[in-house]
Amino acid sequence: MTPDDTKPVNFTVKAPVYLQIGDTKADTAHSGVCVVDVNLPFGKPVNIEEVTFKNYYTAYVTVRLLRRNPEQEAPAKWCTALRDLPLMDNPHTERGSQDYYTIHRTQMQVEPDHVVCVRLILRQPSLAWLTFSLEDIKIFPHTEPDPEKEVSDWLSDLTLIDQHPDLEGLPDPQTVSSSIQQMWALTEVMQTNQTTASIGRFDVDGCYDISLLSLT
Amino acid sequence: MDEGIELSLTIAQIIQRLRGSHLHSQIERQAKECLHQPDVKLESLKEDVRSFLKTSGWERKLQNAVYRELHIQLPPRHPPAPPEHLKEPLAYMRKAQASWEKRVLKSLNSMSTELGVPLAHMRPAAEQKELTNKWNEMGTDEPDLSRFRPVYAPKDFLEVLIGLRNPNHDSSEDISARSHWGLIQVPLNVRDIPHLREAYSELNLTSGQMGIDDHALIHPDLFENEYVQIGKKVVMEEDSAAAQQYSRQGCPTGLRADLWALILNATNQPQDVMHYEQLKAGVIQHNLLVDNLIYKDVKLTASNDDYYFVFEDFLYQVLLCFSRDTAVLEHFKYNSATPPKSYIQGKVGDEECAVVYPPNGVIPFHGFSMYVAPLCFLYNEPSKLYNVFREMYIRYFFRLHSISSHPSGILSLCLQFERLLQTHLPQLFYHLRQIGVQPLRLAFKWMVRAFSGYLSTDQLLLLWDRILGYDSLEVVAVLAAAVFAFRAENLMEVTSLASAEAVLADLSTLKVMPLIQVFLFATAM
Repeated sequence: MTPDDTKPVNFTVKAPVYLQIGDTKADTAHSGVCVVDVNLPFGKPVNIEEVTFKNYYTAYVTVRLLRRNPEQEAPAKWCTALRDLPLMDNPHTERGSQDYYTIHRTQMQVEPDHVVCVRLILRQPSLAWLTFSLEDIKIFPHTEPDPEKEVSDWLSDLTLIDQHPDLEGLPDPQTVSSSIQQMWALTEVMQTNQTTASIGRFDVDGCYDISLLSLT
Repeated sequence: MDEGIELSLTIAQIIQRLRGSHLHSQIERQAKECLHQPDVKLESLKEDVRSFLKTSGWERKLQNAVYRELHIQLPPRHPPAPPEHLKEPLAYMRKAQASWEKRVLKSLNSMSTELGVPLAHMRPAAEQKELTNKWNEMGTDEPDLSRFRPVYAPKDFLEVLIGLRNPNHDSSEDISARSHWGLIQVPLNVRDIPHLREAYSELNLTSGQMGIDDHALIHPDLFENEYVQIGKKVVMEEDSAAAQQYSRQGCPTGLRADLWALILNATNQPQDVMHYEQLKAGVIQHNLLVDNLIYKDVKLTASNDDYYFVFEDFLYQVLLCFSRDTAVLEHFKYNSATPPKSYIQGKVGDEECAVVYPPNGVIPFHGFSMYVAPLCFLYNEPSKLYNVFREMYIRYFFRLHSISSHPSGILSLCLQFERLLQTHLPQLFYHLRQIGVQPLRLAFKWMVRAFSGYLSTDQLLLLWDRILGYDSLEVVAVLAAAVFAFRAENLMEVTSLASAEAVLADLSTLKVMPLIQVFLFATAM
């Protein structure tokens, strides 16, 4: 889960290239494959946490990464992180066609670290649609949680259990640390919403005199 | 999204919604009171209190409340999805819904201006007193409703659905493989018979059904007696999920009211009765233009119906209160529609004076009262009837008159009906088109009302059993296709729209479950 304060990486997206078979002048058939290259800032390889985007009638997406290992002097290598992830249940019908998606690093087949370029290969085999693409592509970098600043007080208290094994009633630190992620999610949601109980009054101070409905 | 996190978010959302509810405070009170009991010990306090809540039935009540929340909850989404996407993911449908709503609002505004009747105003004290006295017999009133006309009728809405187009849809080539003979031109996912057979497996030919195997000529020991015993157990257990599963094979008449109330988690606790009284006070205090539309609708539809005219007074009591209920506004989170907005005393733009009109955000149309009428056979206590209707509306009925891509939305139902007909009754469909009849124009009015007012009441309730049991309106589309299949022979012989309408005019003798069962499980593939 990405903490809300993580900013997406700034990058440039090249214009999507729609592939054709054979002579490009004979433009009768719709293209069913599109390649979108996302160039990450030069000289600053990124460790990717997740990629988010909004779909626009793409049926399948393949994610390929160009990684350059900083230690070795070897040239950057392409690898496939995710092959043919289905975005639409059925390429001919609407379901999933305009949905928002997230691809987390745990879903990828390789570690998306030291990434220089991301190539998204979009496929839409159906003739039903005039065009297809992905919109609003964002890439979030992986941040190592800083134990000094990020962990709240009660968690650091618990890590002292090792020094005070005779304290009774405190939960086992192993089980607590394994559910930290879930607790984080819970507290995030609790903080944002207050009560959902409605009051039930539809008037404003007893007045409900209306003449016209607002059309905007 | 990671499954564990998704689950945590769902749990947190449900907790948020149930926190502060009456059930929450009741359970807290019960937990405190059980401390006096001798078998609750301090060392094992947590487990003892939990087992007390379990044996006293409070855990089951909480389970039912959670189950109800799951029905109306939106799936947790990654932050980027804006709220309008949760209402309706497809942009062009949101646009179409917005422009349809604008049309309706303009129509309502012009009605108000032409007739010189304000949309809402406070009733004078004398009128308030009179209405309070007449509350139980509003049907005896004969106000002059001739000047009022319904804001829209289902056929107007059908024209909008027919005209709906996806701007990204390539309709330039009419490839025969995917040619569609019907009126709906939007490629939504709809299920065909093989998938429906899997999903509706409890309706297959080898399972007993209420509506088929409870027939007078079949010995009750073969199915009915045992089924009723199971039903009684389900009601005693007070388990929503079990009641929903049970309802798939139909509800025995004597148990239906309790089962439906369980499935919808519509309790009739003191706070529900109080809420209903509060709504009644709202009706008495303010006079709304939509009240006249409701009166007119009831007079035109339910009062003219042989089965429902006796419930006229109930219908006013439920529908007028429904219009005042702001709790209904919550369902707009997952409804593609948006409640109409206005400003009191003409203070346009002043957000402090912004209100929703009507208070529940739902403008009734011609035939709306038919959603309530069948429920009057099950519940005679107004606040219980009201709660059941409101829950049914915010789970199912709203989908029948808003433009959305949801599988239970009216658009999907129309497309599913047309596809089923074209796939399994192609000769009939072709013949009807040849004589200039589009089947959807005949079936639409049935589907928009979920067949209320077209079937006999006992058959309608059997159909609605399945809507609740499967948490989906798909059976409505299936039944519409099954009706055409049943009357196919007669329809093949007609040569005009009028005669086609005549063949399908009277559905009151139909038995729905045999039709659905045969259509789903005995159609040759």
